[in-house]
Amino acid sequence: MSNHIELFDSARKGDRRSLSKLLTAIESGKSISGLPNPNWTLGITGPPGVGKSTLIGRMIQHWSSSGEKVAILAVDPSSPISGGSILADRLRMGEASLLDSVLIRSLATRNHPGGILPYLGQMCSILSECGWTRVLIETVGSGQSEIGIVAFADRILLVDGPDRGDIVQSEKAGIMELADIIAINKADLSNSKASFASVLEALSLGEDGPIPVHLVSAFDGTGVEGLIAELEAFQPSKKKVGLRQLERLIANWNSLLLTHPQIDSQIENLCDGSITIREAITSMGTSMDFGGDVNDWQ
Amino acid sequence: MRIVIAKPGLDGHDRGAKVIARALRDGGHDVIYTGLRKQPEEIVRIVNDEDAEVLGISTLSGAHGSLIPKICDGLRKAELGDVIVFAGGIIPESDRNGLHSLGVRAIFGPGTPSANVLDFLMVALERRNEGKPIGVGDDLGWHWK
Repeated sequence: MSNHIELFDSARKGDRRSLSKLLTAIESGKSISGLPNPNWTLGITGPPGVGKSTLIGRMIQHWSSSGEKVAILAVDPSSPISGGSILADRLRMGEASLLDSVLIRSLATRNHPGGILPYLGQMCSILSECGWTRVLIETVGSGQSEIGIVAFADRILLVDGPDRGDIVQSEKAGIMELADIIAINKADLSNSKASFASVLEALSLGEDGPIPVHLVSAFDGTGVEGLIAELEAFQPSKKKVGLRQLERLIANWNSLLLTHPQIDSQIENLCDGSITIREAITSMGTSMDFGGDVNDWQ
Repeated sequence: MRIVIAKPGLDGHDRGAKVIARALRDGGHDVIYTGLRKQPEEIVRIVNDEDAEVLGISTLSGAHGSLIPKICDGLRKAELGDVIVFAGGIIPESDRNGLHSLGVRAIFGPGTPSANVLDFLMVALERRNEGKPIGVGDDLGWHWK
């Protein structure tokens, strides 16, 4: 069994088997120090069933035919009961499984309290170092843990469907603040235009300046080229970069807290009232185990 | 364990594959389902990229005799000889020994209780931990009965 540094060396030379094993090693807690930031990352999130994976299938087609190498990290929730998961996103990403320029890796959130995967930044950097020029992180939903996942990317695309529009109304404070571009998918359905208009209207009430909204159809390809062009040209504002760093910090911090060796006993103490929240924080904070490699988290 | 459930060939029926995927998930495994109509080369690629420890192949079309050997050979050629392979679906008794001799460690027909599949995986994992042959590239003497 070769160690992860050796795996990294041969993965950088283009060995796909080594890269795959290395990602497993990173998932199980190993890390590579001194990695530069990844070149180009995109986080994609949105409610279930709006067509994120199908849209990614279109992006794969576009990028792989223009000479880019596309890696996708598909994050799926694990069952809270059994800890198991069904990772089926790749089956909707189309006929890309045989292209050398496409890599799809499914990641389960199991063993990670709060659904936080603190090593996602590492994975993006490694893929970038190994020659993957487009690195995508996909996850379903728009809650706090999904924000913590897509915040590891440098640009965030929020996908919504025509019969929904609820994401704009209910998630204003969360993902909407972080989203750089919004895609309303399923333009091939009749009610999509009305939905697109209502999203534009809702956004025009915001005070943060306009977020670009694209009406697309992953099904027939309408509007996808325009969306990709906007994603390519996008430069995040300073405010958004700050917000994303804050989310990454929160994700890593929560992960440390939730895996703290004292967490169970402190919760018990809180239940029987023997300590206060402040005392619990003070006690755990002074003994936070940052592990050997935490400095390398990104 | 990380398990890929694959549907090779032109067979369009995946109820069985989905039932098994669900049962394995409920057993605490991470299951990656490939979707329908995958070529043997695609399945090998997916097993590699997902760094799966186990591959379950579901086939109901009668093409197992041509597809499964290609997948097993492909795994060995791709340095994936440590992957544990099992199969399910419509596979006649008379074909089973042939598939075992190619690297398929267990074959589950219709009506198999899902607990049997989980038991097989437990035994397979034990064998791996004890250093006994279990991968598709190992000695092929042992299979689940």
